[in-house]
Amino acid sequence: MSTTQDAKLTEFDDNDQKPIGFGRMLRKEDARLLRGRGRFVDDVQLPGMLHLAILRSPFAHATIVSIDTSAAEASPGVKAVVTGETLKGLGLAWMPTLSNDVQAVLATDKVRFQGQEVAFVVAEDRYQARDALELIDVEYDVLDPVIDVRKALEPDAPIIRTDLEGKTNNHVFDWETGDEAETDRVFASADVIVTEDIVYPRVHPAPMETCGSVADFDPVEGKLKLWSTTQAPHAHRTLYAIVAGIPEHKIQVIAPDIGGGFGNKVPIYPGYVHSIVGSIVTGKPVKWMEDRSENLISTGFARDYIMRAEIAATNEGKILAIRTNVLADHGAFNGTAAPVKYPAGFFGVFTGSYDLQAAHCKMTAVYTNKAPGGVAYACSFRITEAVYLVERIVDVLAYELQMDPAELRLKNFIQPEQFPYTTKTGWVYDSGNYEPTMRLAMEMAGYDELRKEQAEKRARGELMGIGISFFTEAVGAGPRKNMDILGLGMADGCELRVHPTGKAVVRLSVKTQGQGHETTFAQIIAEELGIPPADIDVVHGDTDNTPFGLGTYGSRSTPVSGAAAALVARKVRDKAKLIASAMLEVSVADLDWVKGSFQVKGDPGMSVTIQDIAFRAHGAGDLPDGVEGGLEAQICYNPSNLTYPHGAYICVVDVDPGTAEVKVRRFIAVDDCGTRINPMIIEGQVHGGLTDGVGMALMEMISFDEDGNCLGASLMDYLLPTALEVPDWETGFTVTPSPHHPIGAKGVGESATVGSPPAIVNAVVDALKPFGVRHADMPLTPSRVWDAMRGQATPPI
Amino acid sequence: MQVPAPFEYERATSVDQAIGLLERLGGSARLVAGGHSLLPMMKLRLANFEYLIDINDLHTELGYIRLSDDEVRIGAMTRHRELLESDVLADVFPIFADAEKVIADPVVRNRGTLGGSLCQADPSEDLSAVCTTLDASCVIRGPGGSERLVTMEQFYVGPYETAVADNEILTEIRIPRKNLPVGSAYAKVERRAGDWAVVSAGAAVWLDGGRIRDARVGLAAVGPNTTGLPEISAALRGHEPDESLYELAGAIAARSCDPVTDSRGSAGYKRHLADELTRRTLRKAVERARS
Ligand SMILES: Cc1cc2nc3c(=O)[nH]c(=O)nc-3n(C[C@H](O)[C@H](O)[C@H](O)COP(=O)(O)OP(=O)(O)OC[C@H]3O[C@@H](n4cnc5c(N)ncnc54)[C@H](O)[C@@H]3O)c2cc1C
Repeated sequence: MSTTQDAKLTEFDDNDQKPIGFGRMLRKEDARLLRGRGRFVDDVQLPGMLHLAILRSPFAHATIVSIDTSAAEASPGVKAVVTGETLKGLGLAWMPTLSNDVQAVLATDKVRFQGQEVAFVVAEDRYQARDALELIDVEYDVLDPVIDVRKALEPDAPIIRTDLEGKTNNHVFDWETGDEAETDRVFASADVIVTEDIVYPRVHPAPMETCGSVADFDPVEGKLKLWSTTQAPHAHRTLYAIVAGIPEHKIQVIAPDIGGGFGNKVPIYPGYVHSIVGSIVTGKPVKWMEDRSENLISTGFARDYIMRAEIAATNEGKILAIRTNVLADHGAFNGTAAPVKYPAGFFGVFTGSYDLQAAHCKMTAVYTNKAPGGVAYACSFRITEAVYLVERIVDVLAYELQMDPAELRLKNFIQPEQFPYTTKTGWVYDSGNYEPTMRLAMEMAGYDELRKEQAEKRARGELMGIGISFFTEAVGAGPRKNMDILGLGMADGCELRVHPTGKAVVRLSVKTQGQGHETTFAQIIAEELGIPPADIDVVHGDTDNTPFGLGTYGSRSTPVSGAAAALVARKVRDKAKLIASAMLEVSVADLDWVKGSFQVKGDPGMSVTIQDIAFRAHGAGDLPDGVEGGLEAQICYNPSNLTYPHGAYICVVDVDPGTAEVKVRRFIAVDDCGTRINPMIIEGQVHGGLTDGVGMALMEMISFDEDGNCLGASLMDYLLPTALEVPDWETGFTVTPSPHHPIGAKGVGESATVGSPPAIVNAVVDALKPFGVRHADMPLTPSRVWDAMRGQATPPI
Repeated sequence: MQVPAPFEYERATSVDQAIGLLERLGGSARLVAGGHSLLPMMKLRLANFEYLIDINDLHTELGYIRLSDDEVRIGAMTRHRELLESDVLADVFPIFADAEKVIADPVVRNRGTLGGSLCQADPSEDLSAVCTTLDASCVIRGPGGSERLVTMEQFYVGPYETAVADNEILTEIRIPRKNLPVGSAYAKVERRAGDWAVVSAGAAVWLDGGRIRDARVGLAAVGPNTTGLPEISAALRGHEPDESLYELAGAIAARSCDPVTDSRGSAGYKRHLADELTRRTLRKAVERARS
């Protein structure tokens, strides 16, 4: 276990001394990306390529009476106009979602959310395609929409999913975890019970690159090539094979450079299917690239949980139990991206980092006339909601007990000797050592001085707040015995080939959307084989050239694929050892591995490098008996458990008492993601996630008016934070390796997005303590903070 | 990518040639200056025009800030960035720099113009509030070299509507200096840098000895157009500035404006901000007038 603060930027001076293995180095992919030489889906240009535009519903809920496409068909450059009726004829009007529901590819009977796909046009250029949309005449019969999620199950609520046989309400599922009777018993005997209604509003991942695809169907070969913005190329290929009936070996899915995903690019969207149909119908390559508004109104949202949290404790502040009741808004189709046996994702970790006696959660999910999704938006499958719930209610408890929130947390942590720790909802935390992480954050923050400063300011009528959150994440889905997506086990493959000159290529099943895989994975191989990262090519994103696996989301790349990469390198090393023993003419038992070479025990002068061995493996002369030529291996890694990173975050805010504006003054983030492969990349992931957290806590929300019009349809309305809203991040770390991961690494991609919103909200609520404020919901815009100051805080929905 | 409907495009070579084109093409044509208000609306297809007349080449003719003893004249094609960076302007009316610092972002400020800002007539527009505060008047040129001068009150007809006719161009803004020590300031509350105002307020105070000879307050985002508040001017004139006077002005601002609840904030909050920001900007304006 080591603890230290992250390096300051000046330490990049020695960046030329690139590590052979783990350590700080610039990203290999950045030379390409920073010079504008990246190749994104919209950069794909094919001869004869046509362009596709989608007509979307202006209404949240309406019956389609008729569609007249004749004028659009006659419009200049138009090659095809396709409606739901056309698709119905092909058996393609509906497709499965990731949660065993179905979703309309194009609406046939009625539209169920504003922005739903109604028809598409394929034309020679994107202007012609867009202009022709204006000429499609759709007659709608407008129906009452279900917008208020709390009313979705009322007996007279309009039924949204009339397409589902026998559906008489808007209910999606009920889900439960933990022990209700035991939890009730513990609550009944507790000194203190605190209840709070907590809303995590609907937000959107809003990646910089919107979704899109280029489909190129070759009618002679019967082969479909699809460039698409996907975080999971292999899973998508299998689904296309099932949906479109094209044999799987005749489908090549290519995810080129991807401009951010955050979960937005996990689902299959109708637009991808449209481009495939468009290419089949016209015999030409077809490009679809959605615009910003389309992305915001129709693609996978996140969160939208209305939660009641209850916590039971002793007067001394020993937390006994937590229970919660959740109403989940799933939009018009249940498109949640989560392992099938986990309809609420990993929300079950709402017990947090605390040693409880009991816990229970009851959840009801409903349909509403809003965009479908409920995706992992950097949330590790709903852990964002879970962490927000527990970290907020623990603060509310601290408020009621008049205890310092840091002290309350320290008092209740799961202790290091309790790991592996099974929570009351059945999750087995692999490893953790919480107190040093918390203490380091407090030390970096100067916690005691901050509290002193706060007291002085309060005396002067100034509003300063200090907020803490301590999170445990569950990432790296997951063991195939419990975790699959539509029947596909969540394991990942990896192939490694060392060329004769000792350079190597590693092929991954996961796919970066900006996380730096081309660097991190090269460093993993480098650490295991002693080949410099610069000599290792990382291939990913192309199903024809990479092994099968489920892709990148839920911080799973390093926990799953990273393990596969380490193990495949060890397999190669084992083989290299046999060859080395022949080269050095000693027995295998007499060889030591010293990163990059095998040495004869006791005679370091006698050694061969991995590069020598690679040449020999491909070269002239006999190899030892039973050893095949070449130096390569492949593996499919099935994780035995998730990994559980943790972190302690402290946020300091100032609130202007006159205007209620919140300024995040400082943010201290101490992360423990086990073994650290490239600290610079980890810091980058943390910086991004923290910025995300500022957005969600202070400004982001997809809201709707009562007619179901989306009010967050542009980046003027759906606000994302800028550099001016964020402080200079102060990061630090502790290292508690995962016991079951080959290199002890845990995921970190989503830690900061998960951990930061509660820290910020807790800080704002703390700043408002002089007004008797105990809770206020996100987004904490100046207007909503002002309401809270006047005792009029309202939920955002 | 959001794409506008088809349109024809021509670059104007002089103000009068542009007016000639407007005269010929009528309501189906629009001038494009910085394009930062017009083009987003066209890309979202909230506005469709058959012809765009680009007046960016008129920057040489209409891009200027000129000071004389009794007034400041600013050409309609003066860009946000030029207003932000002008030392002479900051010297007389620092309210411009205050406002420009919180308008949009550098990319928008490099292109967006004073004329486009005023002619867009967005109720949340910051420069309109500045011009209202400073009692500016607008020079509007029409066919045959005709020119008329209108006050800001006359200029705004309603939200997104001005006194400029289809065949006219706004060419210049004139701000009186009143030959007295003057202080001015601007303040804006926004949800995020670069966002439009939740509410913003500008204040200008002309001092005569220790007393207020004239004072003006302009508000944005709390009514159909940016609003000048004559009642505040009347209440302040002739008094020695102090906190109770600012409070009085704030109270008038809060009661005289007409905000609506929207995603930027509740009407109640906006009313409160009208009060708060009026007090803050008056205080600052007086401070500046005194120094
Ligand atoms: C992201 C973003 C954020 C923004 N934030 C703010 C903000 O915080 N505060 C703020 O005040 N503004 C903001 N704006 C608006 C910005 O200031 C615009 O540049 C400005 O409002 C319009 O100026 P323009 O020169 O771009 O006008 P254009 O878009 O070219 O024109 C606007 C309208 O004025 C007409 N017009 C232009 N010039 C003349 C003329 N000389 N005579 C007659 N009619 C004319 C045009 O025909 C058009 O109808 C923002 C814009 C963007 C894109």
